[in-house]
Amino acid sequence: MADVSTGDDGGGKKGKKRPKKGTTRIDMTPMVDLAFLLLTFFILATTLSKPKTMEIVYPKDVKDPDEKMKLNFLLANTIILGEKDNQVFYYPGKFKLDTTQLEHVDLSKDGLRKLLLDKNKNINEAVLKLEEQLKNHQLADSTFKRLRSKTKGDDNAPFFIVKTMNKTKYKTVIDVIDELNICNINKYAVVDIADAEKIALKREIKE
Amino acid sequence: MPKIKMPRSSPSLDMTPMVDLAFLLVTFFMLTSKFRAQEPVVVDPPSSSSQILLPENVMLITIDTAGRVFFDLTGKDIRRNMLQNVATKYKVTFTEQQYQRFAVMGTFGMPVVELPAYINADEKKRTLIDKTATGIPIDSLNNQLSDWVQEGYNAAERDNMAKFPDGKAPKDKRVRYAIKADGMTNYTKVKKVIDIFRERQIFQFNLITNLKGAGPAKG
Repeated sequence: MADVSTGDDGGGKKGKKRPKKGTTRIDMTPMVDLAFLLLTFFILATTLSKPKTMEIVYPKDVKDPDEKMKLNFLLANTIILGEKDNQVFYYPGKFKLDTTQLEHVDLSKDGLRKLLLDKNKNINEAVLKLEEQLKNHQLADSTFKRLRSKTKGDDNAPFFIVKTMNKTKYKTVIDVIDELNICNINKYAVVDIADAEKIALKREIKE
Repeated sequence: MPKIKMPRSSPSLDMTPMVDLAFLLVTFFMLTSKFRAQEPVVVDPPSSSSQILLPENVMLITIDTAGRVFFDLTGKDIRRNMLQNVATKYKVTFTEQQYQRFAVMGTFGMPVVELPAYINADEKKRTLIDKTATGIPIDSLNNQLSDWVQEGYNAAERDNMAKFPDGKAPKDKRVRYAIKADGMTNYTKVKKVIDIFRERQIFQFNLITNLKGAGPAKG
């Protein structure tokens, strides 16, 4: 064991006692034990990384139906989330029970993302351009942020309405909002599904 | 010439550098760490590519798969203040000791009436209670969450007023609202909670997500 080594221990030749030489060594094993015990404890007991969050702003309650009608349906897009994992449907513009065809999209890269990027092409390109400028140090950070939010909030930007069923999973909603964020879409709202749309959704699932 | 002697004592290692390193790490972890609060429920949030960090001073609502609602708010004085007001409203009395314990407690999820028993319980008992807890009531008839939100907000604002008497609390000191829900929770439950906030004129939320390795969009 590593103990206090006093140099010679079994000698004692000729009965001559020499004064101890060399540095005294202290047994550090218990201290190391303790140190590592504490270390392990702190590593296990701490949360080093803070959780990540997604910021979302919900619209104010609009009681006045006239105000609701002010939406420009040319820019409107609706995403309907069914009750099962991969039931994501899309239709553009205003809903009409007889003519509106729900398009089934999936949450993969070639599904929803492709569609969103396509719809949001102009805005997305503008944002990418801004990011490029930021990379080349042509823009200050604050200017970039201001311009980006201005671009995203453009009057002609398409907006998305995400409609949920009663049993839609939270995960699906987050996935879709995440896709919207990735595709630089700032205008979206999560609302309940209308009855007519429920019928269309049922029809679509059965087919 | 003296003979080469093999050292008789057991080989001793110089542990000084190792100890140095160990203590350095210990110090580092001690200083940087914030203890993980006891969480009454295990919630697995969905993943997203968002990089925004959870802000300080946050009012955290946890919703588990069964739709039970849990409430948490940071800040000792704020919690105490909040509990006092909620207690008066629901005519539940707490002792001084219970106030003190509540101030340093973490997340809880039960009707106000059951709260004193929960505060008195020790760790083991609390985990037991948490398993059977009903969550904070959010029905329109008995909307206790709404009161917690309101009183929590008021308490945080009062705290800010005391710290910044000119009424200009910096933005990051103001209380933010975070929702942590399990990916498998029905969205309707989450929506119900969000609606309660909206009734209180609160529209901005932080939804807690796990980080997933997704690259930025390329056109």
